[in-house]
Amino acid sequence: MLPLLVELPPLPTLRDTAFIMPEIILTLFAGAALVLDVALPRSKKHLTAYFSLIGLAFVAIALAQQVAMTASLLPISAFYGMLFIDGLSVVFRFVFIVAAAFSILYSIKYLEFEREQRGEYYALILFSTLGMMFVATSGDLIALFVSFELMSLSVYVLVGYFKRDKRSNEAAMKYFLTGIFSSALMLYGLSLVYGVTGHTNLGLISETIAGYVQGGTAESGDPRLLLMVALVLVAAGLLFKIAAVPFHMWAPDAYEGAPTTVTAFMSVGPKAGAYVLLARMLLFALAPMREMENLPGWAALLAVVAVLTMTVGNLAAVTQDNVKRLLAYSSIAHAGYILLGIVSGTDMGYQGVAFHIMTYTLMNTGVFAIIIALHRQGVIGENLNDLNGLFSRAPSAAVLMLIFILGLAGIPSTAGFVGKFFLFGSLIQSGKPWLTYIAIIAVLNAVVAFYYYARFARAMFLNAPSENIADASPLLLAPSVRITLTLSAIAVLFFGIYPQPLINVADIVAQSITTVYAQSSGIALR
Amino acid sequence: MTFQQLLFIGFAALVLGGGIAVVLLRNPLYGAFALITSFVGLSALYVMMGAQFIGAAQIVVYAGAIMMLFVFVIMLLNVRADEERPPRHRFLVWLAAPLALLLSAGLWLAVAGVQGDRAPSGEAGTVERVGKNLMTRYLLPFELTSVLILLAVVGALHLAKREKE
Amino acid sequence: MMIQWLWITALHVAPKWLESLVEQLFAALPVWLTSNLTPTDATDFIVWPLLQIGVMLLIVLTVVAYLTLAERKVSAWIQVRVGPNRTGPLGLLQPAADGIKLLIKEDVIPFKADKVVFTLAPIISMVCAFIVLAVLPYGPHYASITNINIGLLFILSVSSVGVLGIILGGWASNSKYPLLGALRSSAQMVSYEAAIGLTIVSALIFTRTFSMQGIVEAQRSLGVWFILFLFPSFIVFLVSAVAETNRAPFDLAEAESELVGGFHTEYSGFRFSIFFIAEYTNMVVVSAIAATLYLGGWYVPGMDWVAAQLPAAYREAALTLMGVTAFSIKCGAILYLFIWMRWTFPRYRYDQLMELGWKWLMPAALANIVLTATIFILGKELGLVRSVKGVLEMAWQGKVFFTVAGFLSLFPILALLNAINRNSRSFNLRAQRTTIPLSTRKVKLSPGVKPA
Repeated sequence: MLPLLVELPPLPTLRDTAFIMPEIILTLFAGAALVLDVALPRSKKHLTAYFSLIGLAFVAIALAQQVAMTASLLPISAFYGMLFIDGLSVVFRFVFIVAAAFSILYSIKYLEFEREQRGEYYALILFSTLGMMFVATSGDLIALFVSFELMSLSVYVLVGYFKRDKRSNEAAMKYFLTGIFSSALMLYGLSLVYGVTGHTNLGLISETIAGYVQGGTAESGDPRLLLMVALVLVAAGLLFKIAAVPFHMWAPDAYEGAPTTVTAFMSVGPKAGAYVLLARMLLFALAPMREMENLPGWAALLAVVAVLTMTVGNLAAVTQDNVKRLLAYSSIAHAGYILLGIVSGTDMGYQGVAFHIMTYTLMNTGVFAIIIALHRQGVIGENLNDLNGLFSRAPSAAVLMLIFILGLAGIPSTAGFVGKFFLFGSLIQSGKPWLTYIAIIAVLNAVVAFYYYARFARAMFLNAPSENIADASPLLLAPSVRITLTLSAIAVLFFGIYPQPLINVADIVAQSITTVYAQSSGIALR
Repeated sequence: MTFQQLLFIGFAALVLGGGIAVVLLRNPLYGAFALITSFVGLSALYVMMGAQFIGAAQIVVYAGAIMMLFVFVIMLLNVRADEERPPRHRFLVWLAAPLALLLSAGLWLAVAGVQGDRAPSGEAGTVERVGKNLMTRYLLPFELTSVLILLAVVGALHLAKREKE
Repeated sequence: MMIQWLWITALHVAPKWLESLVEQLFAALPVWLTSNLTPTDATDFIVWPLLQIGVMLLIVLTVVAYLTLAERKVSAWIQVRVGPNRTGPLGLLQPAADGIKLLIKEDVIPFKADKVVFTLAPIISMVCAFIVLAVLPYGPHYASITNINIGLLFILSVSSVGVLGIILGGWASNSKYPLLGALRSSAQMVSYEAAIGLTIVSALIFTRTFSMQGIVEAQRSLGVWFILFLFPSFIVFLVSAVAETNRAPFDLAEAESELVGGFHTEYSGFRFSIFFIAEYTNMVVVSAIAATLYLGGWYVPGMDWVAAQLPAAYREAALTLMGVTAFSIKCGAILYLFIWMRWTFPRYRYDQLMELGWKWLMPAALANIVLTATIFILGKELGLVRSVKGVLEMAWQGKVFFTVAGFLSLFPILALLNAINRNSRSFNLRAQRTTIPLSTRKVKLSPGVKPA
């Protein structure tokens, strides 16, 4: 018999509501952005973007306030365990806000140029951010799934945002159909988890599963095989979202077809959300299944996926000429690197995961911002050749681009290097021989990656400008974009040379995973 | 075999038969129809588990509303039975049956290991209890779902709206 | 009347008599067949319900048959004609004659029709219409087949599947008029179903249950009919119910002047009559829901007092009899209203129909939920009503308060509807005529009308 909810709890109180204050504010601003779009005349629609940015600022302030007031109380559980706030959720919510803010900022001129300036766009980004924030703060399968869908559904629409563009439609259709299918698989897996454990609360699931991994009890039978099935299904759904290799086919098409600003957003925001969900599921709920007696645990599964992901991603990226496709494959490869941190299971690995996601957000949005800027200057900017001679036309943009590209490649003295160092280092630090081999493969992969990142540099600095550029006028970035990009680039360099502040932040996440999740029995229904 | 088991087997057969028919039938309208049959069986299974509200909602929402729209679209587009597929992927059909068998065997193996009665019973699914649970324990997901639906409406409107130039 | 008396007496003695019969039957059956079923269970769950179902089917089919006669008679009165009067005394055998005629007619299936679906469609329609009869509260105790916890929801869900019969019938005919009729009717029924569902929600605030018997008992324990508390909701329900049953003035689906026979144009003989029976059964069902939700179902104030005057042995039988009679009268009244409407109002245009559904009834239903909930909370805070284990208790002050508030809530709802639809041109023919641009106009305006 599953435990019935016989005793009905009273209504959630104001205490509970206080913990979702940032999310409430975000919801209000997202709704208001929709209304504002109707109220504004056609020529003033871009004001919605600034309104959304102000909203995100408010959300950040509310979040900071919440952190300041509750930092000592973490982890917090509210809404009967539906809400679960720990260090990981705090850090990643900031990451999501930054990702959304960057995407909105870079979108304003782009949408103006494409004549698609509408409030829905910003509302959808805000709603997606809301979903991500709830993914980071949910402690229950139901809440997790609903918020995950909230996050994904907005992006499906955003990918198809340019209705007149056939590529956008095609990308949206592909992404939507495969995405929904993977969500359904994941839901099936979650239902199996519930069926085996009888709980939807992550902490209680973890506790129950911990009792099963030794082979179950006479009363329960041996549910490990069923849990394996559930694990594979859940992992399939999540790995789809982060475009890990058996499930990566959608990524190049969707990245290429989507409006470039949306590509920038989905390569950092929802992806980070999926990493958070992956961490929540694998490192918390299903943590006892990392390694099981007589059966492969998820560590082995994930290791195989990680190796495949980075190898396939890097090798496929080498032959690409389209910048967006190339970056799609590069982001697949990066997904592989990040999975390594989860596989290693050490503090250092988790720090690497958090560190790399944070810096990757800066670098990837930066690269896309410059591609977007090229685009609105009359250059389509999606072919690698379009970058030819960028240095002579727009030296500052080229230098910024170079910094971000070097960061993605993981050149020492950029933040990308530190992230990779942590991720690969954690494999060796864990002391298991098979992980060391994986580390070697990873380093080889990073070398392959240098090649295609170097193509960017060659195009920008060594090649002469193409003849057929429609508009050869110097590239001008909007002041706000220029400042943001410069700050991002400085951050990439700064954290590459002196990473300690960001490592401290990443450590919050790692501590949250290693210490808080380990005592999962303490986290139950309020 | 008790009466309950007999009913279960009957409805489960309805669900599975409907599902298989959806896959096998070439005419999309028949497929939709088979899906509705499957939903009706599913709803009966819910009711047998004491989840009466879910059972009724299953029919109202899926069989009543969603499948209605499906049928509507099929009728409007006048979709006829699929033409024969080009023989390019024929081998996949032969691959599908063994793979499905393999999957079934694996699932059977997995489920066979588990023991114990895991069916919720009693009044868990009555309207009163579902309502109270939605307003207390599941308030947050409930509200999140409403945001999700709002978002879906906005997205659908955006994609379907005709541009005025 | 005599038949009913006999029936009630039978009801009174039936269970014990039935039980002994089933026991004897069981003795003759092999053990393996009956090992899991006691004779008592068999009586309670199989034999007795089957009997009830048989009786109900018989009665409802008769009612439906005579409903067609009533429709023709009432229309005749309204149009100052005589109506059918040749078959039997006062034309009372007319339904039988119609039935026989339809039975022996040739059953045509169009050459290009999808034969499976074509045959299935009327069956779906009828089955869905008849399943619902199982949960209707015809009267207390033995006079209803079953009383399930989700009665009202069950009715809604089954009737929502019933639309399928119409759609499939229209599609399978492979002909233009039926397809158009089916499209119209499905869109109509889906939109009005939403309004019905929403308006029922406001009623649920007072009933506190979905069970049909429970709804009647809620009114019985308070001693009032909910139409007093829920007048706006009743109106919305009634209008939506007419549309839901595809009847005039909302009979777009089978508008004779536009679509020949609508979705059943290609149907003939008994298949056609099955559709017909389903349609009229749906009418009965809808009127039964209205009677139950708003008019107290089988309950009439004072019937408990009357029953208390009788000897204890006949009390239940008398209550059942009175209940069934009251229920029939209420249903009959609403059915009469439907017929009356059909022969009084002109048909709506299709866009008007949709607008009425989505921009009038839907907002009204939504606003009514909010208002009714507010009023209920207000009454609760004022101490006029309290809920004891899911049953409402209130004194006469409470009843007066809710009645007055219920009627007053019409005004804010009407104000809202006015605000929403102030600029709508759907019901303003003159405005519509003048807004059609000159270039697209096919017919010259009459001299008095100014162009837009």
